[in-house]
Amino acid sequence: MTVSCRFTVNGSPVYGHFAPMRRLLDVVRAECGLTATKEGCGEGECGSCAVLLDGALVNSCLVPIAEVDGREVTTLEGLRTDDPLFAAFAASGGTQCGICTPGMIMAARALLNDCPHPDLSEIRRALSGNLCRCTGYTGIYAAIRAAAGQGGE
Amino acid sequence: MSWHAPRNLDEALALLAERPGLVPFAGGTDLMVGRQTPACGRQYLSLARLTVLRGVRETASGVAIGALTTMTEIGCHPYVCRDLPALAASARATGAIAIQNRATLAGNIMNGSPAADNPPALLAYGAEVVLMSAAGSRRVPYEDFHGGYKQTVCRPGEILTEILVPVPPPGARHYFRKVGARRAQAISKVSLAALLVGRPGSWECVRFGFASVAPIPILARTLAVAITGSDRGLPDDAELAIALSRDIMPRDDIRSTADYRRRVAMNLVREALAPWTRQGGSNASA
Amino acid sequence: MHDDDRSGAVPFKEAPLRKDGTEKVRGTARYIADVRYPGMLYGATLRTRLPGGTVVSIDFDENIAWDEYVVVTAKDIPGVNAVKMIEQDQPVLVEAQYRHAGEPVMLVAHRDPQALGTALAAIRIEERACDEGPVFTIEEALRPMTRQIVAGNVYRDYCMEKGSVARALGEPCHVFEGEYQTGAQEHLYIEPQGMIARVEEGVLTVEGSLQCPYYVHAALVSMTGLSADQVRVLQCATGGAFGGKEEYPSHIACHAALLSLKAGGRPVALIYQRAEDMAVTPKRHPSRTRVRLGADGNGRLRFIDIDFVIDGGAYLTLSPVVLSRGMIHAAGPYRCDHVRVRGRAVATSHPPFGAFRGFGAPQSIFALETAMDGLARTLGMPPEVLRARNVLVPGDLSPAGQGIEGPLDMHRVMEEALEASQYHAKVARCRQWNAQGQASRRGMGIATFYHGAGFTGNGELALRSRAGLRVSAGGLVEILTSTTEMGQGMQTTLSEIVAEALQIPYEGVCVARPDTRDVPNSGPTVASRTCMVVGRILAQAAYKLIARLRAGAALPSAYDYDEFCAACARLHASGDVATVMADYQHPVDSQWDESTFQGSPYRSFAWACYVAEVEVDTTTGEARVLDFTAVQEVGRVVHPTVAAGQIEGGVVQGIGYALFEEVHFGTDGQMANNRVTNYIIPTSADVPPIRVLFQESRAGAGPGGAAGIGELPMDGPAPAIINAINAALGTEIRHVPAMPEHILAAMDRGHL
Repeated sequence: MTVSCRFTVNGSPVYGHFAPMRRLLDVVRAECGLTATKEGCGEGECGSCAVLLDGALVNSCLVPIAEVDGREVTTLEGLRTDDPLFAAFAASGGTQCGICTPGMIMAARALLNDCPHPDLSEIRRALSGNLCRCTGYTGIYAAIRAAAGQGGE
Repeated sequence: MSWHAPRNLDEALALLAERPGLVPFAGGTDLMVGRQTPACGRQYLSLARLTVLRGVRETASGVAIGALTTMTEIGCHPYVCRDLPALAASARATGAIAIQNRATLAGNIMNGSPAADNPPALLAYGAEVVLMSAAGSRRVPYEDFHGGYKQTVCRPGEILTEILVPVPPPGARHYFRKVGARRAQAISKVSLAALLVGRPGSWECVRFGFASVAPIPILARTLAVAITGSDRGLPDDAELAIALSRDIMPRDDIRSTADYRRRVAMNLVREALAPWTRQGGSNASA
Repeated sequence: MHDDDRSGAVPFKEAPLRKDGTEKVRGTARYIADVRYPGMLYGATLRTRLPGGTVVSIDFDENIAWDEYVVVTAKDIPGVNAVKMIEQDQPVLVEAQYRHAGEPVMLVAHRDPQALGTALAAIRIEERACDEGPVFTIEEALRPMTRQIVAGNVYRDYCMEKGSVARALGEPCHVFEGEYQTGAQEHLYIEPQGMIARVEEGVLTVEGSLQCPYYVHAALVSMTGLSADQVRVLQCATGGAFGGKEEYPSHIACHAALLSLKAGGRPVALIYQRAEDMAVTPKRHPSRTRVRLGADGNGRLRFIDIDFVIDGGAYLTLSPVVLSRGMIHAAGPYRCDHVRVRGRAVATSHPPFGAFRGFGAPQSIFALETAMDGLARTLGMPPEVLRARNVLVPGDLSPAGQGIEGPLDMHRVMEEALEASQYHAKVARCRQWNAQGQASRRGMGIATFYHGAGFTGNGELALRSRAGLRVSAGGLVEILTSTTEMGQGMQTTLSEIVAEALQIPYEGVCVARPDTRDVPNSGPTVASRTCMVVGRILAQAAYKLIARLRAGAALPSAYDYDEFCAACARLHASGDVATVMADYQHPVDSQWDESTFQGSPYRSFAWACYVAEVEVDTTTGEARVLDFTAVQEVGRVVHPTVAAGQIEGGVVQGIGYALFEEVHFGTDGQMANNRVTNYIIPTSADVPPIRVLFQESRAGAGPGGAAGIGELPMDGPAPAIINAINAALGTEIRHVPAMPEHILAAMDRGHL
C-alpha cells in the first residue's frame, strides 16, 4: 500500500504517494535528488543522515515517510548559503573525508539554534550521536566555536 | 504492509479493537531498525496524531507522563528534573540528541528490551502504566508489566497511554547510573536506578531498578528486603551480594559478560548506598 | 580539564583552504552512493556460510522469474579467477573449495534493489564442511595435526637479526619477559564500500570508493583478460579508508564488472550495506608478540628479542608486507647491539586480515612499548628515564642497522612531550589522588616510537611511480596522480608542494580526478608515502615544467603569477606539450637486504613521544583518557590544519584500539558484532583534549624536508594508554582492547 504525503523539503512542497515505511532518507536522496544527506549505518547510530524535522535534529534513516506528512524537512542543502558553519568547517579542520560532514553540520546547526554560544561540553554532547572516524572531533569543535564567534583567534 | 494514522484516541482504540494485530508506532527508533526483518509485513498504527498522549502534567500524587512524550522533553522538563531526577537522567542517557528527539517513553517501555534505559528509573520510582482499550482503561504497576523477554501484560486491543510516577518525599536519594560501552550513544551493559528514603534501621523506601542483568528490566526485591529487614544498620557486602544474586540473572552476550554485570551491579548498589556506608546517613541526590 | 584543544597547533588562519573543503561542507562531493545512471542495475553477493569447505551445488527456486535477473558464477569469469595481489590465491568467486565463511560464490543483479532480497532467499547454496575443524587463533593455527590451510599454516617466517641475542643472553643482565596480544580492528570508515561498473564506448569502466586506482585496474585486467586500455578505473569521493579500501575494492570492482559484462555493459551498482561491509572486508591483523628485553643496571638495553606473530586469515593477501613492516618497527627507536625479531604470518579460517593505518607497526609497537614499562618496573626506574637512556640519536645504528643522521633530536621530542603534558607534576598528582581512596585511580603513560615513510627498502624502486602536471592556457596547473584523496588532505598538501615549487599561488593549482585513463600510476595511496614520495616526484615535475616554460615559452628567470600565466598561454599557442611527467628516483646509496632485514628500510621516519593521562573508575573498570599529548618530529609540516587533523584523528583511532574496539568472531569465523551499534568507536563524548605539537627538523626526504605522518599517530596511543592504566592500578594488562571487563579482572589480580 501507499500513503499520500504532503510536506516541504527546504521550503519546497513535496507531494506524493509513498510506501509508508519508506525512509525519509531514501525519499530525500532518491525522490528529491538531495544527496548531501548520507547513509552510514542505517540504524540511527552514526548520524550521517541527520536532518531537521520541524527544526529538530533527527536521523532520517529512522523516520518513515508516513510520519513526515504535514511537516517541514530541512537538509544541508536547505541551510542558509551564508551559514557560518560552512566556512568554519572548511577552514578549521572540521571535514576530512567529508561523509559525516553534512550530518555533523546539521547537528551543529541544531545546537546553535538552541544555544548560540555553546561551551565545549555542550558541543561534545550535541555531537555525540554523530560519528566521525577521521578528525578525532577536535577540528569539528574548533569549527563550531569559530562559527559561534568565539573561537579561531 | 499497512499503515493507519487515526486522528484521535477514540479512533485509534476502535481501530485496534477491530485489528488487534496492529503494531503501535510511536517514535519508531526501534521499529525502523527492525523494519527489514521477516516481520516487515506488519501493520502499523501510527500514534503521531494523538497529541493528547504527549506531555507532562502534575497530578495530585505525582507526575503523569504521556506515552508519546519524547526523551528530549522528559530530559529537560522542569517537573521531571525537579521531582524525578533519575528519570530525567535516564532520558538524557538514551541514545543521543537525534534519537532523543524521536524516541518516546512508551516506546522505550513497549519495545521490551532488557537493556532499555528508562525502565530502571520507572521501577525505582514505583511507576504505574495506564493501558487503554475501546472497553476502558486499567492501571498496572510497572514492576508487573514485563512477563518475560520482550513480553508485556498489554493485551490485544490495548495501548499504553500514560505513565504515572509518584513523587518521592523530600530528602530522598535518587540514584541513576548507566554503564555502557562508551559515554554516549551506547546500549547499557548494566544500569541501576535507585530510590532510597530513610536510613538504616528505619527505611521508608528502598527500590533498586536494574537493566541488562535479566531477561527483563527488574526490581531487586530480595535486595530491598535484605536492606529494610536489617535493624542493625546496612547489611555487609557479602549479604548484599547474596541478596542481589537472587534478583538478577546476568548472562554473557556481545556487549558484556555475566561476571562483569554481576560485579558491576553490586558495585553500583554500593555506590547508591554510599551516603550511609560513609557517614551513616545523609541525603544526597543524583 | 583543558579546553584549549588546539594549543600547540599552528593557527589555521595562515594555512590555505582545503582543496576539497567546499564541496564536502556543501554536500556536493559525489560519493559512489550518489552516482546514478539510467537503467542501472543493483547487485548483491551470495556467500559461503561455513568456515571452510566445498560448494556442492547451487539450487534456484523455480518460482522466481530468473530471466529478470543477471546471475553470475565463477563460470562467467573470462580471465583469471583470482584477485590480483601478492599471490593469486584468493578467488574472485568460489568454484568449489573455499577457506572461510563469507566468500563470494554468486552475484545477482536486478533493476529493483527491493527484488534482490527475494532472489537471494530463493537461491540455496549447498556446502560441505572440511573434515578437520576450522582454526581461529594463532595458537590453533600453529598446533600440529590441525587443518592445514597452507603448509604448516605459516604464510611467511622471517627473521631480522643484528648482533647476537644468543651471545647477549649468556651475559648477566636484568631481563623482562612478556607476551602481548592485540585484537582485530575494524576500520569503520563511515562510507561503506561500493563500486559501479559499466561498459562505455567499449571500455570497461569502474568507479567507486577506493584508495589505489591502479590496484583495481590491475585486478580487473587480470580477471577479465582485457587489455589495459580496455579497462578504466575512476575514484569517487571516498568517505574514509584508513587502509580498508586498499585491497577489497578490487574484489567489489571485479564483481560489479562481471555483472555488468553479463548484462551487456549496463551499469551495475554493487554497494555494500554496513553489516556486509563489516562482516567480509579485511580488518587489522590480530597479533601475539613475545618480548624479552635485557638491560644493564643503568637501564641500557643489552638485547631485544621478539617473536611476532600475526593472524593473516584464510588467504595471504597483503600479510607478508604487514608482517615485515611490523617487524621493522618491533624493536622501536632504540639503540641496542643485539636484536632479534622473528616474524610469522599464520593462516586461520577467518576472512583475510588486511591493511589498516600503521600496517603491522601498531601491533608490534604496542608490545614493545608496554614491555618497556615492564622493564622499567623490573629495574625500578621511571619509564621515561629508561626510554631517554636508550632512544636513538644521530650516529647510532637502528635495529635494522640503519645509520641515524642529524639533526634529529629524539631527546627534544621527549622533553617537549613531558613538558607539554606536565608529566612530572601529574605523576605526583596521580600518586596523591590514588592515595586518597577515591572511587577512581589515575595514571600517566608514555610511548616513544617512530614510523617509516614510504614502501620498505626497495619497494619504491619496484613501484616506479610517476606523476605529472598539466597546465592550461590560462595558467591553471593540474596535478596528475593516481594518489587519492580519502580525507587525509592529499589534494591540499600536494597542491601546496607544487605551488611552492612553481612559485605560484596555491589557488593556481588543482588536482585532476584519479582516472586511470588520465593520470599515471603514482603507486598506491598507502604507507605514509604521499607527501614524501609523490610530493617529491611532483616537485621534480614542477622544475621540469619551469624549464619547459623557460625554453619554449619565454618564462623570465624571475616571474610573478601573471607572467607565469602568460608563458602558459604562449606554450599552448606554440603547440608544445602542456603536460610534464616525472618519475621516482631511488637514492643510489640506499641498501636493503630483504633476507636479513638489514640496511635502510625507510629513507625517512617520523619520531614521536605520546603521553596519556588516564582515569579508571574502580566501580566499573571503565578507563577514560583525560588528556593526551602527541609530540612528533615530522621533518616539516606542509599544512598545519591538515597535519594536525591527521594526528588528532589517528590518536582517536588509537584510543578506540586501546579501549573500545573489540571485534567478536562468531562460530563461523566472521565478525559477529558487525553493526555500528555493537562495534564501539569513540564519540565526541569519549575524546579527551588532544595537544598536538610538531617539531620540524627539515630532514625528511620529501619536499622541504617533509617525511610522512599518516600512520604515525596510530602507533602510540595504545601503549601510552595501557601503560597509564597499569601505572594507575598496579596491574600488568598486556593486551588491547582493554575493556572494562578485563580491567576489573586485572584489578582483582592486582588486589586493588
